[in-house]
Amino acid sequence: MIRVQCEDFDIGAEIAALKANRSDIGAIVSFVGAVRDQHGAVAEMTLEHYPGMTESELTRIEAEAHARWPLQASLIVHRTGTLQPGDNIVLVVTASEHRDAAFDAAKFLMDYLKTAAPLWKRESGPGGTRWVEAEAKDDSAASRLQKRAAK
Amino acid sequence: MRVLYFAWVKEKAGIAAEEIDPPSGVTTIAELIDWLKARGPEFANAFARSEVIRAAIDRTHVRADAKIAGAREIAFFPPVSGG
Repeated sequence: MIRVQCEDFDIGAEIAALKANRSDIGAIVSFVGAVRDQHGAVAEMTLEHYPGMTESELTRIEAEAHARWPLQASLIVHRTGTLQPGDNIVLVVTASEHRDAAFDAAKFLMDYLKTAAPLWKRESGPGGTRWVEAEAKDDSAASRLQKRAAK
Repeated sequence: MRVLYFAWVKEKAGIAAEEIDPPSGVTTIAELIDWLKARGPEFANAFARSEVIRAAIDRTHVRADAKIAGAREIAFFPPVSGG
């Protein structure tokens, strides 16, 4: 399941909902991305996105993970709008019978969404406002994973 | 067709969305960028680093050589930085 929302999320509640009424899950991995103040340089972060395409890309990325690993459930929640340092940005949860698939799929989902989901961060602080540039290592991490999974 | 701009492409172009009707000689994303750039200094500025600008046709990522025929919605944006 994927969700794009302004509101915060409750990790415990999300995992409980994912596990509700099932006893086949053996491993759950979660990742939370949060806003860093970068030693005082960032006072606020705004996430802009492409409504409609963000949802379709996250759905596609999630389906790709399910095609590559034996996942029993997964969840991606991405926030948009204006956030403060310490706020949650993104949640990825993966569930499988054994831990390897859950760990690997969670990393894949994060690496892949960083290169494909149409979201853009703008940081504001004492030094002004700037759009965050995508890091080349994110692109290479995603292509490395895709190559590995293709083997 | 409808064209959307996001993040700093939108800020530089000074517009978020518009309807356009490019001439028939404009057949690819790269040609559309060239046509948009020629419309005014704000578009020339927005697309100055055209090699880094990403595009989507009907909400699917495409490359600069993608054909635009039949597209309903084309979006231009910087490399994504979510997550």
